[in-house]
Amino acid sequence: MNTIFNSSVGRKLIMSLAGLFLISFLLVHLGINLLVFLESKEPFNKAAHFMGTNPVIKIMELTLFGGFLLHIIYGMIVSLQNKLARPIGYAKSNNSQQSFFSKYMFHTAVVIGIFLVLHLIDFYVKAKFIGGVPEVVYNGENYHDLATLVIARFKIGWVVWVYVAALLGLGFHLHHGFQSAFQTLGLNHPVYTPIIKGLGILYTILVTLGFMSIPVLVYFIK
Amino acid sequence: MDLTLKIWRQENRQAKGRFETYLVTNISPDSSFLEMLDILNQQLVDKFEMPVCFDHDCREGICGMCGLYINGRPHGPDTGVTTCQLHMRKFKDGDTITVEPWRAKPFPIIRDLVVDRSAFDKIIEAGGYVSVNTGGVPDANALPISKKDADIAMDAAACIGCGACVASCKNASAMLFVSAKVSQLSMLPQGKIEAKERVKKMVAKMDELGFGNCTNTGACEAECPKEISLSHIARMNRELYAAKIL
Ligand code: HEM
Ligand code: FES
Repeated sequence: MNTIFNSSVGRKLIMSLAGLFLISFLLVHLGINLLVFLESKEPFNKAAHFMGTNPVIKIMELTLFGGFLLHIIYGMIVSLQNKLARPIGYAKSNNSQQSFFSKYMFHTAVVIGIFLVLHLIDFYVKAKFIGGVPEVVYNGENYHDLATLVIARFKIGWVVWVYVAALLGLGFHLHHGFQSAFQTLGLNHPVYTPIIKGLGILYTILVTLGFMSIPVLVYFIK
Repeated sequence: MDLTLKIWRQENRQAKGRFETYLVTNISPDSSFLEMLDILNQQLVDKFEMPVCFDHDCREGICGMCGLYINGRPHGPDTGVTTCQLHMRKFKDGDTITVEPWRAKPFPIIRDLVVDRSAFDKIIEAGGYVSVNTGGVPDANALPISKKDADIAMDAAACIGCGACVASCKNASAMLFVSAKVSQLSMLPQGKIEAKERVKKMVAKMDELGFGNCTNTGACEAECPKEISLSHIARMNRELYAAKIL
C-alpha cells in the first residue's frame, strides 16, 4: 500500500507526533512528581492514586505506552536504515557544522530506553504488580504510600547517580528532539522557528533540572 | 605551498580501494583545488602512473559535477562554494589533506574519486518536471507571480545537484536535493498543477534508491555550495502530508 507510513517522511512523521506526545507527558509527570517536596505526603499519594485509578487516565496510559512503542520501533527502523544508507564510511570523520546532539540521538535513546525499563520496575511494577508498598489511610480510605517509597529509594546514593545520568541523556535527546519534531511536521518559519528553538531549550532545561531535582534534593534534604 | 595528499584510489566499482599518499610542491595559494590536482596528475603522468580520476566540468561553480570530500567536509573547508571554486589559500603550507569520494549506498564509486550520481537523475525522472504542451510564448504579465514566491523558487532552483547534501549527511539522506527540486516547481503556477503527484513520486523514488531518513541535523544546509535552506525540506514534508493524507 502506498500510504504515508511506508515513506521515509511518514516514518519521521510518526516519530515526531509520538515524540511531541511524550514531551507533553513529561510535563504532567514532572508536575505531579514535584508534589513529593510538600511537607505532607498526602497530595502526592492522592495524585498518584488518581493517576493509577481514574478511567480517563487509564486510557491515556495505554496511549502513552503506544506512543513510547511507536517512537521506539520507528526510531530503531530509521536508525538502522540510516546506517545501511552508508555501508562504507569516511576515513576522516565529518567536520560539517551541525546540531551537536542530533548526532547522538540513537545513543541518548538507548540510555533513555534502558532507564525506562529500570524506572518502571522501580516504581510502576512494584505498585501495580509486585506489591509490598506501604499503605496509609486518609479519611478512612486506603492509599499506597508511594511518597515514602520514593524517598526511601532516593536515599540510596547509586540510585541517585543512575537517575541523574539517565536524565542527562534525556536532556540531550530533548535538546535536538523538541525543535526537530516541528521541522519534521513541516513547521519551519523565519520568525517562529527561532522561537520554537528557544522554547525547546527552555523546556529541556526545565524538564531535565526539574526531574533531577527530585532524587538529588530528596537525597540531601528530605 | 608544499602539501601532502592522502587520496582514495580505487580501480573500479568492485575493487577494494586504498589511500595513496602523494607530495605536491610549489603550489600557488591562488590556484584552485582542482588545478592543484591537475598538477598532481601531470606529475603522475610524467612518471607513467595512472592519474587520479575526479569529476569536473564547468570549473566555475555552476554545473555541479565536481565534488570531493576534503578533510571531512564536502567541497572542503570553505562555505558556499563548490570544490572547483575552493582555493588553496584556504590551506596552510605543509598541510596534509585527505581527499575522499562521496560515500553513500546510492552513489557507488566508479573509479578513484568519481561516483555514480545517476540516482539523482532517476529522482528527477520520477517527477521533477512540468508536463506542458508548449505553444507560443505567453505574454510576460499573463501569469502574475508574487516576488516572494518567485524568490523562494529561485533560491531552490540554485541547486546544482552536486550531492554534497548526501555526502555530508550522517544518514546519507537526499532530502535537501529532493526538496529543492520539489520547491522550485511547486512554488510556481506552472508547477502547481502536478505538485501532488510530483512530491509523492519523487519521495518514493528517493526511498527506493536507498537514501537515508532525514533527522534534521542541518549538515546538508551547512555544506550546500548553493546554501539551500532546510525550509525547503519542511515545505516538501508539508506537501507530502497534504498529498498523501488530505
Ligand atoms: C520521554 C522520552 C522521549 C521523548 C520525549 C522523545 C522525543 C523525541 C523527539 C521529539 C524526537 C524528534 C523526532 C523528529 O525529529 O521528528 C526524537 C527522536 C528520536 N528518538 Fe526519542 N524521545 C523519547 C524517548 C526515546 C526512546 C526511549 C527511544 C528509543 C529507545 C527514542 C529514539 C529516538 C530516536 C532514534 C530518534 C532519532 C530520530 C531523529 O533524530 O529524528 N526516543 N525523540
Ligand atoms: S566543475 Fe562545475 S561546479 Fe565545479
